[in-house]
Amino acid sequence: MTDLLSIRNLTVTFPTPRGPVDVVRGISFSLGRERLGIVGESGSGKSMTGRSILKLIRPPGRISADEMIFDGIDLIRRSERQMREIRGARISMIMQDPKFSLNPVMTIGEQIAEALTTHNSVTRRDLRNRVLEMLHAVRIHEPARVAGLYPHEVSGGMGQRVMIAMMLIPEPDLLIADEPTSALDVSVQAQVLDIIEELVAGKGMGLILISHDLNLVARYCDRILVMNGGEIVEQCAADALHRAQHPYTRGLLAAIPRMDEDREELPVLDRSAWAAA
Amino acid sequence: MSALHEWLLEESPSSRTQARLGRAWRILSALARNPLAAIGALIIIALVVTALFAPLIAPFSAVGQDLSNRLMPPSAEHWMGTDELGRDIFSRVVYGSRITLLIVAMVAVISAPIGLLVGAISGYAGGWTDRILMGITDIFLSMPKLILALAFVAALGPGIENAIIAIAITAWPVYARIARAETLTFRDAEFIAAIRLQGASATRIILRHVLPLCASSTIIRVTLDMAGIILTAAGLGFLGLGAQPPLPEWGAMISRGRNFILDQWWVATMPGFAIIAVSLGFCFLGDGLRDVLDPKQRESR
Amino acid sequence: MAGRAAHGAVGLARFMLVTILTFLGLLAITFFIGRVVPIDPVLSVVGDRATQEVYDAARERMGLDRPLVVQFFSYVGNVLSGDLGQSISTGRAVTSDLARVFPATLEMATIGILIGVLLGVPMGVIAATRQGSWADQLIRVLGLLGYSVPAFWLGLVGLAVFYAGLGWVAGPGRVDFFYEGMVDTITGLYLIDSLIAGEMDIFRNALSHLVLPASILGFFSLAYIARMTRSFMLDQLAQEYVTTARVKGVPERRVVWRHAFFPIRIQLITVIGLSYASLLEGSVMIEVVFSWPGIGNYLTTALLNADMNAVLGATLVIGSVFILINKISDVLYRILDPRARQ
Repeated sequence: MTDLLSIRNLTVTFPTPRGPVDVVRGISFSLGRERLGIVGESGSGKSMTGRSILKLIRPPGRISADEMIFDGIDLIRRSERQMREIRGARISMIMQDPKFSLNPVMTIGEQIAEALTTHNSVTRRDLRNRVLEMLHAVRIHEPARVAGLYPHEVSGGMGQRVMIAMMLIPEPDLLIADEPTSALDVSVQAQVLDIIEELVAGKGMGLILISHDLNLVARYCDRILVMNGGEIVEQCAADALHRAQHPYTRGLLAAIPRMDEDREELPVLDRSAWAAA
Repeated sequence: MSALHEWLLEESPSSRTQARLGRAWRILSALARNPLAAIGALIIIALVVTALFAPLIAPFSAVGQDLSNRLMPPSAEHWMGTDELGRDIFSRVVYGSRITLLIVAMVAVISAPIGLLVGAISGYAGGWTDRILMGITDIFLSMPKLILALAFVAALGPGIENAIIAIAITAWPVYARIARAETLTFRDAEFIAAIRLQGASATRIILRHVLPLCASSTIIRVTLDMAGIILTAAGLGFLGLGAQPPLPEWGAMISRGRNFILDQWWVATMPGFAIIAVSLGFCFLGDGLRDVLDPKQRESR
Repeated sequence: MAGRAAHGAVGLARFMLVTILTFLGLLAITFFIGRVVPIDPVLSVVGDRATQEVYDAARERMGLDRPLVVQFFSYVGNVLSGDLGQSISTGRAVTSDLARVFPATLEMATIGILIGVLLGVPMGVIAATRQGSWADQLIRVLGLLGYSVPAFWLGLVGLAVFYAGLGWVAGPGRVDFFYEGMVDTITGLYLIDSLIAGEMDIFRNALSHLVLPASILGFFSLAYIARMTRSFMLDQLAQEYVTTARVKGVPERRVVWRHAFFPIRIQLITVIGLSYASLLEGSVMIEVVFSWPGIGNYLTTALLNADMNAVLGATLVIGSVFILINKISDVLYRILDPRARQ
């Protein structure tokens, strides 16, 4: 299997008053048309890794890498203009909270249509049909009505399905989902993830699912990267997670509560175990 | 030296004094790193020094006339030239700094406490007190400031004291709004409740605990407003409603120079540069203070 | 649906109440100023050698013996019926004086705000999208100058340079002396009236008189509008949905204008309204410098003559227009923002 994406030595740096700080420190990994999970606490660099792939780190942050090859194209050597041809059309990203990531003064229909018309020329009638089809595909029951609504008029779960529709309508090859459900009610989280899983599988895309939730990632992904302090500390197949070696991963696993247990004390991560290494 | 530096920047200060000095040090060093704020601070310091030592700095008297030397262009002797009565413009500008400083200081001393008090009482008391006080504040806020000041001066009569009162009347509502907004954010906080449980009176809570917390945002706002106050005062002087002759007030000086603007341009323009420099100084300093003292603003940068 | 309509009606009633209270507040302030004047209004009518009987009779006739509240409401009644009293310096009713001078101010302020918006908004957007560049620094300095240069001083310098020095523009006044009164007053705006009459010479002359004072006013509104636009845009560009647009591959120009700028146009309306209102205020100084026969000049002349009816009348009109513009921009905000609409 040829790699869809292969990254070597990716570093993301932010200047601070006390000198530059690396939030991602020279990580390397590759991805086929599979589902890869990236797990870590907040601040572990997992979101920055996701955004670096699209080269959307806001200045003054800086990205560097030996190479970042996507389908034969080295993204790191591409100009901003050339990146725009790839964004949306070939690599897309679902962001965390639809409350903030959808434009409040454009209707849902307009925003989805824009994703398509940016890269393809479509006739007006075709456009409308495809937007409604896409809304239907993310299980929105009255697509015509919803298309005319503004984001603040729909629920968080529906907002995130709109986001999925918007990001998948140009049929990209790779979808990055950055904490797609952590802003949602528990009751709709599974539904949103099921929709992502179904559409990704149906179109044969690659998926990078970024989350702090080990269980969730283990359930929806084939392979898992565990990040801590800007580095990849563990790589394994999802079904081999319980055999993970690194003390940080073991610590995270131990922290997951179980239905059938009775604990005196909740475990605390003992950071000294790997900090020395 | 470095020991002192470390003591100041200690993450967990061991005394209140150390915490306060550390905070002051951080603010000062942040201000020093911001070039515009540093320039602003220098201008303000220069203004204060000029006002204090005006007789030593000014080469001539501010009011002494010399009719044989009328309307002389800028020269080595008279840096900014002379006016229609032969007075040295540079010396008048130097003495004028006293009037400007007096006006801004008085306006700040009158309007900031009134605004703070109204805002703090309004925010802390809530209910009808809040509604009535803020209603009055909003009415004042929705009026054009300069026009209101003009009308008040018209009623009170021209003169520097009345100009100060008129400007102060138009300046306080903004501070009341700020103080109220700040008070609302911590009115229901645990530490206020704790003080109340200790039996402190509302007066004591407002004076000792609420007002100090509103201080930093008010200081920023007052500094930023200074430029506007200087411009309004100069405008009143220009219209002949502020400081009266022969006082060397900058706005009034421009007004007199108006008659000579086409041939003796320096008479009107020189005092203008002084106004611009001082106003810019307060703007720079206010901007810098906001960046340093107001973390909410800083985050969005 | 009925609930939403009722909610809207309550909101509207509340808004109207606040607006009315604000106007009453303005009236209370002008009334109060009229009361605290050290000049005794009775004396100015009867003269200081009148006997006590004559004085008392005049006082009663003028209604000054009645309680303050009654006096206030009769004052409000007069103002509402368009009676602002007589001006002692022009000898005419203040209302008709104000109607005559207002168009001159309106014309200047309107051209000023056009300059401010057409230049200030793009400058603010450019400054925000190239944060830290020399263009951004320049716009920042211009913005600060807008807060620290006295308008009347800039007017004088402008006259010295562009009128006396370079001769690019005409001097003080609205038109040259010999064009005065040659065009019928229709709107009171010389630019429009001369176009209606087809007098291109007068139009050019009026424009040449207008361009300098209006540009100076425009500079102040430009400084304010550019500064506000910049800070709104910086806020917007940091929004997650702007990143969303970039993720979609939307071209940068469209990201800036459609995604970042479009939502702030509503906030900008408020800023522009505020700026327009403050131009009316700023025009007072400019009018004095340029001998512009507008409301500012009228007000300052009245001030120096202690013509209180004229002073209060002009204050009332400028204050009312100021409040009105603010309220209109408030209403526009509610209508245009889909989030505030419901």
